[in-house]
Amino acid sequence: MTRISVNVDGIAYQDDVEPRLLLVHYLRDRLGKTGTPIGCDTTNCGACTVLLDGRSVKSCSVLAVQADQCEITTIEGVSSDGTWHPVQRAFHEEHALQCGYCTPGMIMASIDLLKDDPDPSEEAVRDGLEGNLCRCTGYCNIVRAVRRAAQEMRVTAP
Amino acid sequence: MTTVDERPAGFENNDHKPVGHGRMLRKEDPRFIRGKGRYVDDVQLPGMLHCAILRSPVAHARIVSIDTTAAEAHPKVKAVVTGAALTELGLAWMPTLSGDVQAVLATDKVRFQGQEVAFVVAEDRYAARDALELIDVEYDVLDPVIDVRRALEPGAPVIRDDLDGKTDNHIFDWETGDEAATEAVFASADVVVSEDIVYPRVHPAPMETCGCVADYDRIDGRLTLWSTSQAPHAHRTLYAIVAGLPEHKIRVISPDIGGGFGGKVPIYPGYVCAIVGSIVTGKPVKWMEDRSENLTSTGFARDYIMRGEIAATRDGKILAVRTNVLADHGAFNGVAAPVKYPAGFFGVFTGSYDLQAAHCKMTAVYTNKAPGGVAYACSFRITEAVYLIERIVDCLAYELQMDPVELRIKNFIQPDQFPYRTKTGWLYDSGDYEPTMRKALEIAGYDELRREQAERRACGELMGIGVSFFTEAVGAGPRKDMDILGLGMADGCELRVHPTGKAVVRLSVQTQGQGHETTFAQIVAEEIGIPPADIDVVHGDTDQTPFGLGTYGSRSTPVSGAAAALVARKVRDKARLIASAMLEVSVADLEWQKGAFHVKGDPAKSVTIQEIAMRAHGAGDLPEGVEGGLEAQICYNPENLTYPHGAYICVVDIDPGTAQVKVRRFVAVDDCGTRINPMIIEGQVHRGLTDGVGMALMEMIAFDEDGNCLGGSLMDYLIPTALEVPDWETGFTVTPSPHHPIGAKGVGESATVGSPPAIVNAVVDALKPFGIRHADMPLTPSRVWDAMRGVPRPPV
Repeated sequence: MTRISVNVDGIAYQDDVEPRLLLVHYLRDRLGKTGTPIGCDTTNCGACTVLLDGRSVKSCSVLAVQADQCEITTIEGVSSDGTWHPVQRAFHEEHALQCGYCTPGMIMASIDLLKDDPDPSEEAVRDGLEGNLCRCTGYCNIVRAVRRAAQEMRVTAP
Repeated sequence: MTTVDERPAGFENNDHKPVGHGRMLRKEDPRFIRGKGRYVDDVQLPGMLHCAILRSPVAHARIVSIDTTAAEAHPKVKAVVTGAALTELGLAWMPTLSGDVQAVLATDKVRFQGQEVAFVVAEDRYAARDALELIDVEYDVLDPVIDVRRALEPGAPVIRDDLDGKTDNHIFDWETGDEAATEAVFASADVVVSEDIVYPRVHPAPMETCGCVADYDRIDGRLTLWSTSQAPHAHRTLYAIVAGLPEHKIRVISPDIGGGFGGKVPIYPGYVCAIVGSIVTGKPVKWMEDRSENLTSTGFARDYIMRGEIAATRDGKILAVRTNVLADHGAFNGVAAPVKYPAGFFGVFTGSYDLQAAHCKMTAVYTNKAPGGVAYACSFRITEAVYLIERIVDCLAYELQMDPVELRIKNFIQPDQFPYRTKTGWLYDSGDYEPTMRKALEIAGYDELRREQAERRACGELMGIGVSFFTEAVGAGPRKDMDILGLGMADGCELRVHPTGKAVVRLSVQTQGQGHETTFAQIVAEEIGIPPADIDVVHGDTDQTPFGLGTYGSRSTPVSGAAAALVARKVRDKARLIASAMLEVSVADLEWQKGAFHVKGDPAKSVTIQEIAMRAHGAGDLPEGVEGGLEAQICYNPENLTYPHGAYICVVDIDPGTAQVKVRRFVAVDDCGTRINPMIIEGQVHRGLTDGVGMALMEMIAFDEDGNCLGGSLMDYLIPTALEVPDWETGFTVTPSPHHPIGAKGVGESATVGSPPAIVNAVVDALKPFGIRHADMPLTPSRVWDAMRGVPRPPV
């Protein structure tokens, strides 16, 4: 067992974990952060994407011990009470989700994408979300949503 | 450029409008976009244990021995169960949806790679997986049957020696249409075209795999099962049959499901293992398969090897179609289809065309592969049927040197011919095909595309334009014909209006992302005038909802949607009686305006549905014979299927240097009758079109000659990312279903059915300079490269 200290969605945790414990299982099974799902076993699908010190990672491919001393943001930590993150709002308005299973990872990857490129072209969005698979939407509305969110974030940016 | 559905001003950001059909944002979204959905693996119960399954590494072998001693000694392991132990409980085998049996755990031998051999129940997921490594199984490896074309050869290994007297791998023969009449037409036709067409084995691969949490309460003898089930009521009945538990003591809960696509219709051994695990340990037991288990052991789709033949006059009048099909069903016949339809609805292979004759002969066989067949938005084998007809029509166009659009239009069933009885017995409800085709041509700019293609071809570039036109058959189905293991394919719906005018509608179908919580509220809202935001939709819990057969085959709108409209009308009829008492006029003097009854000629005198609801529950008299409360329940038995149609046009570019196919544009015009929520329909269509790109260009579950699955993970089983699909262009026409209460047809699977032939037709069209008339899916760069160089197609 190894002791780790992490900050998840603004709350500090200290836990003893097996070195082999995957971050996604730590988040889900130990912290009850079930908003982050698992879709594959080969790192392809991106359903488990979270932000680790501000950058998107596939949490199925990170050991919990590697996240020691890190700040983690999951889908459950991106919006405060009552207000949604512009990306969340845009996903709703553009019908960019159906079963909702890829959505948490897709939103987290989009938030990271928009940090690097606040005004992405359609092609840039497709390229930036290539690590996130979706079986329901055919991606079209996801692209629309990310570009809509980008526009709204630029308008409201200080 | 995308044709966006109409968006009435003011509706964009308002969940409370419209009151009925129309674009409405989804009620499901707020929980999903905040990570507050509740999927099976999110269920956490006190004392819950974890189940993991040991699977066969080989395709065909006798089990000599299984040693579980070391696994049992693992400190975190609570139970290790083998086929022998299940035999003692009478649970080693279970019935499939097509009346065969399937091994829950292998007893005598294993019959496909990935088959369930034993399971472990342990304190956590990691320990359960560790313990699998400690089980020692000795196999006596047998020759497998992998090539379906050789499965019936004399001397082929017999896979199902568990079945009494079984000496070959034959499952069934099936036939439809008139053989003699078809033969006669073919014999005298000017032109006959024949082609071997393979629809390869693929997999629905929902983002969420299959899994469950079984909680058996030893004191009450009550089983609660959270599971990834598209058909929770049917599953409850099957568990009662399989496990011998009384049905009223079984509660199946389908919580949020991360996509189903037909992969969550059957009962899988893992569910039974978790139930047994909970019964033997007395604790809740969770089983969640991983992706490779999902791809290698749960229901595959397609795997039809078809010889298609078409007969026509020289000027392009199609006279007849016939086909011979070899169906690979894997090691157990687990096809999820109505029992009288072992080949599903493949009989609609005559498509959208007015023929003189048609005939199909099919043989289904066992091979050493996972069971399945009907899944992945196939509408019970209509994917295969539409692919066959739309590919063979293109082959005919190629032979006749005719434009594929012109050939189709020339042969369409005409609007005045509906309801139209096909030569294989299906009664198409309604259709007006040519306007739908014209609309697609207009959006695509078809003539301009053909001009561009001619120019590019002259420069040696490979551009292809593919067309498909399909007729679907969805909404199974009339109970006189259609049942699943004796359960009629009707669906229930219950509506309760609360005293304050809010309502709850309970469905027997089960959404997996199709938006039922939104659209069913819209259907009821349209009928009874209560805003959709005031209507809660409950589904998935067999203790809470009326019986019905679940969601697959695009049957929710045709069957349960009809039930929702009719139950609302039933409540409205009662509300009318109460309104007449409240307004002190006769029922005949009342007029219904969405949400209120008013007195004819005096609109000021009216009562709203909310006021009626309060009166129905309140003090004071009700009309004689009217009970208190405002609720109703019905079970809807559809009189026919619904037959939506669509016209699809695909434009591809092929890189001559790498043979990579790029889908540049895709235009989809669908007609599903009355449209309940255009936004949701568009999303459904986008999904199915992406399925089409996957199947046509990327996806295949292949096997080597030893029976090793070569598509067993997302490293090899390639599903489209955002980069492989274009910005979809959609449009619609509206031809209502005459027999449906609101004129609505199903649509969810249309695009999966209609898009693969459009894409393949486009690729073959691009390859026209090479003299190629057909190429088999998936059209990967290596296959297209081979096709361009005249390399013979691979056999399967």
